[in-house]
Amino acid sequence: METSVNFGSQEVQEKILKKYPPRRDNLLYILHDLQDTNPQNYLTSVDVRAVSEYLKISPSQVEGVISFYTMFSRKPRGKYIIRFCDSPTCHLMKGTDVLEEVKKILKINPEETTNDGLFTLEMTSCLGACGVAPAMMINDEIYGNLTSLKAREIIETYQRREK
Amino acid sequence: MKFYRNHVLVGIDTSTLLSGAKGIEELLVREIHKRGLSSEIKVLETGSLGIVNRGVVLLIYPEGCYYVNVKSEDVSQIVEEHLLKGRVVKRLLLKEPLKEKISTTVLPESPLDVRRQYRVVLKNCGVIDPDKIDEYIASGGYKALEKALFQMNPEEVTTQVKKSGLLGRGGAGFPTGIKWEISAKENCKEKYVICNADEGEPGTFKDRVIMEGDPHGVIEGMLLAGYAIGADKGFIYIRGEYTLSIGRMEKAIEEARKYGLLGKNILETDFSFEIEMRKGAGAYICGEETALIESMEGKRGEPRNKPPYPGTYGLWGKPTVVNNVETLANIPSIINQGTDWFRSLGTKETPGTKVYTLLGHIMNQGVIEVETGITLRKVIFDFGGGMKDGKEFKSALVGGAAGCFLGKDMLDVKMDYANLKSYKAVLGSGAILVMDTSTCIIDILKCILNFFRYESCGKCSPCRIGTDKLYQLISEVSMGRGKKEYFKLMLELAQMMNNASFCPLGQSVLLPLSSAFKYFEDEIMEHIIKKRCPAGVCNK
Repeated sequence: METSVNFGSQEVQEKILKKYPPRRDNLLYILHDLQDTNPQNYLTSVDVRAVSEYLKISPSQVEGVISFYTMFSRKPRGKYIIRFCDSPTCHLMKGTDVLEEVKKILKINPEETTNDGLFTLEMTSCLGACGVAPAMMINDEIYGNLTSLKAREIIETYQRREK
Repeated sequence: MKFYRNHVLVGIDTSTLLSGAKGIEELLVREIHKRGLSSEIKVLETGSLGIVNRGVVLLIYPEGCYYVNVKSEDVSQIVEEHLLKGRVVKRLLLKEPLKEKISTTVLPESPLDVRRQYRVVLKNCGVIDPDKIDEYIASGGYKALEKALFQMNPEEVTTQVKKSGLLGRGGAGFPTGIKWEISAKENCKEKYVICNADEGEPGTFKDRVIMEGDPHGVIEGMLLAGYAIGADKGFIYIRGEYTLSIGRMEKAIEEARKYGLLGKNILETDFSFEIEMRKGAGAYICGEETALIESMEGKRGEPRNKPPYPGTYGLWGKPTVVNNVETLANIPSIINQGTDWFRSLGTKETPGTKVYTLLGHIMNQGVIEVETGITLRKVIFDFGGGMKDGKEFKSALVGGAAGCFLGKDMLDVKMDYANLKSYKAVLGSGAILVMDTSTCIIDILKCILNFFRYESCGKCSPCRIGTDKLYQLISEVSMGRGKKEYFKLMLELAQMMNNASFCPLGQSVLLPLSSAFKYFEDEIMEHIIKKRCPAGVCNK
């Protein structure tokens, strides 16, 4: 994705919009792209307005779609989104213990963002990584066979990267 | 073609990637080169070898040796001992009975050929390099397309699929041929084929394994569906989280296009077909076909009123066939090998094979493909290697969160769609979550009900309010605040949701709940009356 231009500028928005013909079925793709260019991983009110004008649908319809899908957010989120799997399989393989550890390390609850703006913790229904349960996903990376210790190591690796 | 004395297959899937399979592969290549064996030994990347949770897995041919938990320090020994001197490194061998019992992967020329019949959908997974179309073609790929285009008319293709008795493998088990026939009969220029790869049923990852291991099989299935119903456009609706599958499918589409197997006038016939990928954005309900279509149109993924069914009124109001990944991956073999062959597999009511994902308190977690009609006991104790740590079997949740708890008395029941239905159970997506006696049923139910509460789309009140209420009630029970009447109340509520909910999501809550209540009434009542969790899980 283009990073040379400031996020939120009309330029970026227009670039993304122009990538797709103004058809309703491109809405999810446009939203994915807009959100991905935002360092805070969310969709702004400006985004909503621009998309609704481009696709000629009402802003409330855009909002409706955003609120429906768990991958979209209207609130600023961390640079890294931790999606913790809450499926019965991960639950059975003691995922809850690992989740408690993650909450302790980050000092946040699900749906919250750390003070340094690095991590947002989210719960997800199933990552399809049940063979390596319990599992979590950090942005595009899947981590499986988690233990409390392993989860701590993984998060610390990310924290070190940012120092 | 160059001849190699040995082939080393490196299984690449989520599990092995986590254990550093890519690094091992690089080391192998380097070590083989160092010893001057590059012209004799070929290292290949392949999809899942069907063995999960055993670190990096290698398969060496022609011996058919599986090495598991391979670490970087083992690489030089494998090369030195096995590949150079021909001595098997015993300490790394897969020891479980798994290898004897299932044909995880068997090359066509192997004497174990008889066992191959188990693998229809996964036959190429772990055998070929999924990123190379040539390997798919060399293993008989796109032959079915050729056969259909040159020897059969579209009606014949539909008839063959119908006669094969193939039932949709996404969970509902609707006859695929009938779906096709409905769309084929529609007199409309624009029709669509959608591959439903929005695999979201908790405990299920079979479609991911298929797409990662044999993406061209899915594409060929879609092409055949397109030809049969008269569509020239197909979509793959895939979960946004499945990064590796998305990459592999995109690559496969691109290669097929390059070879003229997708696009205008395929193989110089009048048939044209194009496939586009569509990424989901995280919503379980989008696995329901009409919700999926809504989502593809850029709307909230709320299910539509049925009828009209997608077969007549689907994407943008046009006739649309929506098939699951596993269903489509069956099609090429059915066209190639005929209906008699397909019907010789599995049971009379559900011919063919089924891919199961084995999970939970079981020795070998992973993916297997076996003929339908096999018993749960065989799946768990033969293929799964038995219970983990020698503990006692308590129950298995078959079919994911929307599935059904099966107790000990169901261990010897033949599993297929029709037979399980006669026991008021389901086969569903094929997820089998095995639980030993350390599991608390209330705890698992709470997790399942939380899932439904979270994923309910909110369109209809029975489901939106019902799922929330059920979760509150079970939480009370788990915290030792349950009342006697809750037992009946929860069942009634779930039954009402089953009657009144708009779509399968709300309707399917009844099954896990009632089956758990049937088997474990004593355990649940102990929570309620004695305020005590026998497994010691609740209230921790």
